[in-house]
Amino acid sequence: MSDAITAEGLVKRYGEVTALDGLSFSVPQGTVLALLGPNGAGKTTTVRVLTTLLRPDGGRATVAGCDVVGDARRLRSRIGLSGQYAAVDEHLTGAENLEMVGRLYHLGARRSKARARELLERFDLADAADRPVKGYSGGMRRRIDLAGALVADPPVLFLDEPTTGLDPRARAALWDTISELVAAGSTLLLTTQYMEEADRLADQIMVVDHGRAIARGTVDELKDQIGGNRIELTVTDAAELETARQALTRFAVGAMRTVPESLQITVPVADGPEALRQTLGRLADAGVRVRDAGLRRPTLDDVYLTLTGRQASGTDPQSREATR
Amino acid sequence: MNALTMPIADGWTIARRNTLKIRRSPDLLGSVITLPIVLVLLFAYVFGSVIDVPGMSYREFLLPGIFVQAVIIGAQITGYTLTLDLQKGIFDRFRSLPMAPSAVLIGQTVSDLLMNLASLVVMAVMGLIVGWRVHTSPHEAVLGFGLLLLFAYAFSWVTATVALALRTPESFNNIATMVSFPLMFVSNAFLDSSALPTPLRVVAEWNPVSTFTQAARDLFGNTSTAMKTSDAWPIQHAIPASLLWITAMLIVFVPLATRIYKQAVSS
Repeated sequence: MSDAITAEGLVKRYGEVTALDGLSFSVPQGTVLALLGPNGAGKTTTVRVLTTLLRPDGGRATVAGCDVVGDARRLRSRIGLSGQYAAVDEHLTGAENLEMVGRLYHLGARRSKARARELLERFDLADAADRPVKGYSGGMRRRIDLAGALVADPPVLFLDEPTTGLDPRARAALWDTISELVAAGSTLLLTTQYMEEADRLADQIMVVDHGRAIARGTVDELKDQIGGNRIELTVTDAAELETARQALTRFAVGAMRTVPESLQITVPVADGPEALRQTLGRLADAGVRVRDAGLRRPTLDDVYLTLTGRQASGTDPQSREATR
Repeated sequence: MNALTMPIADGWTIARRNTLKIRRSPDLLGSVITLPIVLVLLFAYVFGSVIDVPGMSYREFLLPGIFVQAVIIGAQITGYTLTLDLQKGIFDRFRSLPMAPSAVLIGQTVSDLLMNLASLVVMAVMGLIVGWRVHTSPHEAVLGFGLLLLFAYAFSWVTATVALALRTPESFNNIATMVSFPLMFVSNAFLDSSALPTPLRVVAEWNPVSTFTQAARDLFGNTSTAMKTSDAWPIQHAIPASLLWITAMLIVFVPLATRIYKQAVSS
């Protein structure tokens, strides 16, 4: 299987700020890569470079076999982009917006019209097709924007934070739509701040921070990298939190996390059920009354915090976490 | 599609989009339809009741000046609309498409030209109602409107350049007002500029607004031998001078706007 996207040592600077610091990766055809990271990590800059909106200061990249600098025009006919801010014209209706995009992909008037109707139907916007986008809800705007990226049925898709700012229901609906696209064989590069989103949609995840990749792998590989399970405990009384923390220190294989507001402690442990049994016994001995206890696999949140917590600031993660 | 037809086809697609936008924006439509009506009535009845020009009615003298004023204000829509679009993500969408990059500005200026045409039609009708008449042959009158439209199109590229350099609608409006008002008033558009004190008179004589106004007066026949016209070259040869201005504006500002557009959208 060949790569639909390749990036080698991409560099992009804005004055003093280095947005991309030698980023390299590839996305095999027909797979989904999620770029995961906080605001300012370089996710959007990566998408802008790969979609020819931004010229890289260093490195090279190809998308669908076309160089992002040397072969930009041909590249653009093979990609679809849906941005962080819905890039549609508010005064135009949904149908007019999609038809315009079709014409600009040079599909011709008739095909553009037909394709617009087809996509509106598919994205559940047929009823709103002839209303100006101005009156659309946030979820509808994202759907029309996503539809815009699909007008020419491009082999490679870029979705930049497709669900940021959406309510949970609209988000879940958009996830279903994206999953269907992916199942149909498109190559997708997705950026997100949501671990759940990457978990749900991506084959591979690349965690980016300060314009560099700090981890890459499948969801399971990343979880393995962080090791073990998590025990999540809720105590009954705030006064018992500190006692519980001290009692649990010897079971923890990494940074413990305490959330005083919800009386919760999260402890990374080496093994599963046995560790849970032992910790509960230990807490009973210490006189801590436990209201709730559970064992879970590490989430991408945990992965991310462990990876960037250390990298982003020089402080000891343990003390940083404890203050949360 | 080749390198020559693509900008035209894509420009037309963008122009269609802008025309639809204008039709759905009451504020823009208002400035196209109502502003000309207000301008004609205001100047014809307020200025017209106190100003006399030798050998002809003030309203006949005034209307070509009002046409030029409307074109200057109308062409600013180009700049203003571009600053609004810059604030949104639509240019990112355009730039990710395999379209001709120049089509965005071509489409914008063409749709604004259509809007200026509509505005001129409304003004001409208003002018006829308040007593303005064409005293030349029909083909000269057509040339008069043609010249005004050419000026409108060229000036759209000037406002586009300024807007893309300034980027925000607020700063564009400030600068546009600050520059266009002195240009319009230190001219022969509303007054007989030969009566101005010497420094202002010289400025007025060489002001392109005066040149275009004089050219329109010549082509519509709104002139009088009783009136003392300036000896300055651009007033004596208003039509070739206007064409020179239009050519110069297009030669300078089409490439400049295109370059600044690329910079403005690629950061």
